[in-house]
Amino acid sequence: MENKAALSAGERLIKSKRNRSLGELRGKILVTLCALIMITATVSVTIFLTVKGLQSFLVNHVSPIEFLTSTNWNPLADDPSYGALPFIFGSLAVTFLSALIAAPLGIGGAIFMTEIAPSWGRKVLQPVIELLVGIPSVVYGFIGLTILVPFIREHGTGTGFSILAGTIVLSIMILPTITTIATDAMGALPSSLREGSLALGATRWQTIRKVLLPAALPSLLTAVVLGMARAFGEALAVQMVIGNVRSLPASLLDPSATLTTIITLNMGHTTYGSVENNTLWSMGLILLIISFVFILIVRYLSSRRKI
Amino acid sequence: MNKTTTTVKPVFHVQDMNLWYGNNQALKNVHLEIPENEVTAVIGPSGCGKSTFVKTLNLMVKRIPSVKLSGELHFNGQNILKDKVDLVNLRKQIGMIFQKGNPFPQSIYDNVAYGPRIHGMKRKKELDEVVETSLKQVALWDEVKDRLNSSALGLSGGQQQRLCIARAIATKPSVVLMDEPTSALDPVSTLRIEQLISELKNQYTIVIVTHNMQQAARISDQTAFFLHGEIIEASDTDSLFSVPSDRRTEDYISGRFG
Ligand SMILES: Nc1ncnc2c1ncn2[C@@H]1O[C@H](COP(=O)(O)OP(=O)(O)OP(=O)(O)O)[C@@H](O)[C@H]1O
Ligand SMILES: [Mg+2]
Repeated sequence: MENKAALSAGERLIKSKRNRSLGELRGKILVTLCALIMITATVSVTIFLTVKGLQSFLVNHVSPIEFLTSTNWNPLADDPSYGALPFIFGSLAVTFLSALIAAPLGIGGAIFMTEIAPSWGRKVLQPVIELLVGIPSVVYGFIGLTILVPFIREHGTGTGFSILAGTIVLSIMILPTITTIATDAMGALPSSLREGSLALGATRWQTIRKVLLPAALPSLLTAVVLGMARAFGEALAVQMVIGNVRSLPASLLDPSATLTTIITLNMGHTTYGSVENNTLWSMGLILLIISFVFILIVRYLSSRRKI
Repeated sequence: MNKTTTTVKPVFHVQDMNLWYGNNQALKNVHLEIPENEVTAVIGPSGCGKSTFVKTLNLMVKRIPSVKLSGELHFNGQNILKDKVDLVNLRKQIGMIFQKGNPFPQSIYDNVAYGPRIHGMKRKKELDEVVETSLKQVALWDEVKDRLNSSALGLSGGQQQRLCIARAIATKPSVVLMDEPTSALDPVSTLRIEQLISELKNQYTIVIVTHNMQQAARISDQTAFFLHGEIIEASDTDSLFSVPSDRRTEDYISGRFG
């Protein structure tokens, strides 16, 4: 009698498992499909970009050394030259300079929201940040063009179209990225760290500076690198204010160009398959490689997270 | 053991102290004297206000915006609820150990040197000395002296807790508050911490919250039993455990509730 009951209980177990595994299977297939599509898309874009990006070197015999180190960009001359260094430099310059401005602001904002005024600070700053994210690039560029460029023209030298203008526009654009991630990083610190420090007689500021910031450092750096990745890839807003010239800038007030702005400006009027068009793909490849480096840095930093 | 507590000058003198979290009263008319260089155990069921009580002693509860306090809390004769107190100075004199060891994600050395540094000690030689003596006092020196510069998070739970005690006594406090310092530890580590407490009490006044009745009986000189935010009974440990004067104390220590 008892044995029989146990048996049927066992059977019931098997049966319900069978029923459930059908649904399990369906869900599994669905999410695997999603993952496959994502992987396929990423891999195809990477392969396509690599093949196209290498064509200028392999097919058109543009020297990669010249491409990376020469400052002479003149694809339409009788003796064309393809030096992309000014654009690579321009991209890196605006990226690092904008990070230099946005990192302290963003981390400061994060500290304000998590440590100084956690109750109302967040309520006020959070919507501000969301608003900043929601504003489209073209609007940033437009505002930069209308206000920033004339301002720099009047108070400095030159036309106002400059690295400085690009940097300022970019730093405002990447501010939300840095602030949001930095706020999460600070907020994720266990409050036992704060209490531990305060209980030893530390002031709030000492606690922030000597315990919380060092503890959050890897995550804060991640925030900055992700902000830089965003700045590095931004084209439209920068293009509107940076001036788009082919020479290396000598100062912050000089106009310049970046990889992204040169690609967007020239892709329309070069024919597919031409040498110039191929060199634009090479610039795209460089963008990809440098973005990849950013990702590697972020991964390295995350692995070093202390808490 | 010094049983005649009345002759000892109390470090803390708590009188009619009330505490509210918003509208919820967590401490009611608390009255207690905490004598110098003795161990005072705080026991009671979960949620009765033990943590709140010890966090009031170093005014840590003031961090919580909803907290309201009334009554008197004298520390070395000064009413720290009324008078304007320097929190930095107060907490330098009152160390605190938390339920779970909370070392900073820094080196072992920097953890212990943290307090002295923020209180202005700069010379390497002095710091070295404080770090060594503090670690020796908690019997951790031999285990870590070869890796002072490696991360404190690499230590075991028991070692981390002893490191936190070393960090607290490095600022040379006169009082050490402990909120269930061994509840996350294995029996061996627990025993070590208990031994440590017995040694430390020659120099420090210790207030320890514990859920473990045997622990309270083993290490404390005085015990206060809390229930619903009130002190039901407080007396020397031996008589509280052998002849409790209140029925509820008896029920609690004999395991009938809590
Ligand atoms: N930050 C807070 N805000 C509001 N209420 C709180 C807060 N901290 C504690 N309380 C309340 O105060 C009462 C006492 O809490 P407390 O943490 O002091 O209890 P406890 O005796 O330490 O309990 P346990 O043994 O579980 O640690 C509880 O009712 C609790 O809900
Ligand atoms: Mg508690």
